[in-house]
Amino acid sequence: MRSKEPFFWITISCGIVIMAFILIPLVEMMTAPSFAMLKETIKDKDVVRSIWLSIYTAGLAAIISFVFGTPLAYLLARTEFTGKRLVESIIDLPIVIPHPVVGIAILSVAGRNHWIGQIFSDLGIRIMGSVTGIVVVLTFVGLPFYVNAVKNGFESISPRLENVSRSLGASMFSTFFRITFPLAWRSMLIGIIMCSARAISEFGAVVIVAYHPMIAPVMIYERFEAYGLKYSQPVAVWLVSVCLALFLILRILTLRNKQEA
Amino acid sequence: MIKIENLNIHLSEFNLRDINLNIEENEFFILMGPTGAGKTVLLEALAGLIKTKSGNIIIGKKNITKLPPEKRGVGIVYQDYSLFPHLTVLENINYGLHFHKIDKPQAEKRLNRLVEDLNLSHLLKRFPLNLSGGELQRVALARALMVNPSVLLLDEPLSALDTNFREEIRAGLKRLHKNSNVTFLMVTHDFAEALSLADRAAVMNNGIIEQTGSIEDIFQRPDSTFVANFVGMKNLFAAQFRDTKALTGSIEIELGHKPANSHGYIAIRPEDIVLSKESLASSMRNSFRGTVTGVLDQGLYYEVDVMVENVTFKSLITKSSLFELGIQEGIEMLLSFKSTAIHNF
Repeated sequence: MRSKEPFFWITISCGIVIMAFILIPLVEMMTAPSFAMLKETIKDKDVVRSIWLSIYTAGLAAIISFVFGTPLAYLLARTEFTGKRLVESIIDLPIVIPHPVVGIAILSVAGRNHWIGQIFSDLGIRIMGSVTGIVVVLTFVGLPFYVNAVKNGFESISPRLENVSRSLGASMFSTFFRITFPLAWRSMLIGIIMCSARAISEFGAVVIVAYHPMIAPVMIYERFEAYGLKYSQPVAVWLVSVCLALFLILRILTLRNKQEA
Repeated sequence: MIKIENLNIHLSEFNLRDINLNIEENEFFILMGPTGAGKTVLLEALAGLIKTKSGNIIIGKKNITKLPPEKRGVGIVYQDYSLFPHLTVLENINYGLHFHKIDKPQAEKRLNRLVEDLNLSHLLKRFPLNLSGGELQRVALARALMVNPSVLLLDEPLSALDTNFREEIRAGLKRLHKNSNVTFLMVTHDFAEALSLADRAAVMNNGIIEQTGSIEDIFQRPDSTFVANFVGMKNLFAAQFRDTKALTGSIEIELGHKPANSHGYIAIRPEDIVLSKESLASSMRNSFRGTVTGVLDQGLYYEVDVMVENVTFKSLITKSSLFELGIQEGIEMLLSFKSTAIHNF
């Protein structure tokens, strides 16, 4: 692209507008609370508890997605079957459904007047207002991100590698763990990051299923409602910082391994 | 020994129909055919990577049609090498040992022999990422042979290589085949390769086997117009046979023998047609005067089209003869060929 063309300047200006649009509010929010206020906030046990709850429920959602989503992603990447498009659309549904609707949908099967809710209640598992409920909701909204990322990862691995492995005597299981998994684990890690990032940001669905125990976004909302912007900002800053730090560490881990391979 | 009986494969957009093939123990067999003929599909079916609809595949005395790929003892080497990128060359070669019970000294002996035969000793610790095509292909061969398969399938192993690597790998293949008791089945569309490596071949087209036989038979005596075209018999004419003569268009060609059928085809390789200014004092029974209608540069050779009455013959001559004879479009030439150069079917 030659720099003199007006087209080039349009692309550059649009890029700058978008950067500013994303960065200005974020930077403004991050720098608004004073250092003393941040320090005071992190001493608040409720804040620490809610951030921790957010992180580990999102992590659990990612692990559940990993366990159940990986085989499905493999199936979708490797086979053609009638109804595959339908299955793919169903997996994408949680992305397009409004968040409170997700919460309502989950509650409608978790209640005692539904047989699934009945089974759960007989087993002593509570969805409404529990950590279990939060994990269920976060898995629901995060799963599509995991499955899609890992499906793309599997698709980028030539099936011929698996064919050769089998012809050399490896069963499908051995082939998966010796060939496919080592080549796809980076996309799985990316899937886990995407899934947990999406899960940590969930508010609308969680607030319907479990206002308490309070995850960080709910707490931020509550403080905003009760005390105003000034008191919700420090919690937000802490949540964003912890998440960014975690994702950064994961990214660095993946990058380092990329160089090794 | 590989025996394929009435094999049918149905894929969503492609079928293999009624494949029958017999390949001897320790033979080097070639499978030829244009792109999309179904050669790779057939190889993958032999390796158990594609489901068959009906028919049998027998290797040795064992019917393997329903066996999973890992139980067949059939190795496969792809054109794109398909080395495991996360493993070193040595780990790639030894990969199959995880799944085969081979005692250590024997495995080591085999490894050393393959490493030596394929000249890989300096590459063992490296990863596939930075190896050349020839090196990758040698590693892929060593990896496949390390588990001593009864059959090795090679899917165009040379076509992605530069010419100089190709020679080298071809020689390596020949040596490996001679030093092992493995049956080689190789897909190629290069005739020079087929001739230098194998004795027998099959030609596939559009999901069926058109012809099976010695390479020479396929090259000189094709059974069908497709094979004749495929092997470069550019002079292919429908003909009526009368006694020992073939009538094509308005010209009469002496065959030297009486065909069994009354009509069919005659085929002559372009390099068997000799062009001259004057009639040649030779044993060639067929000689016709015609007009040059086209001269095509084909790199090392020139293809000269000569029209005799309403039949166009194609002849292949060297650049120097083209100049010596002063051939150009529109001039009259004499074209001659032996009756033994004519193949009729």
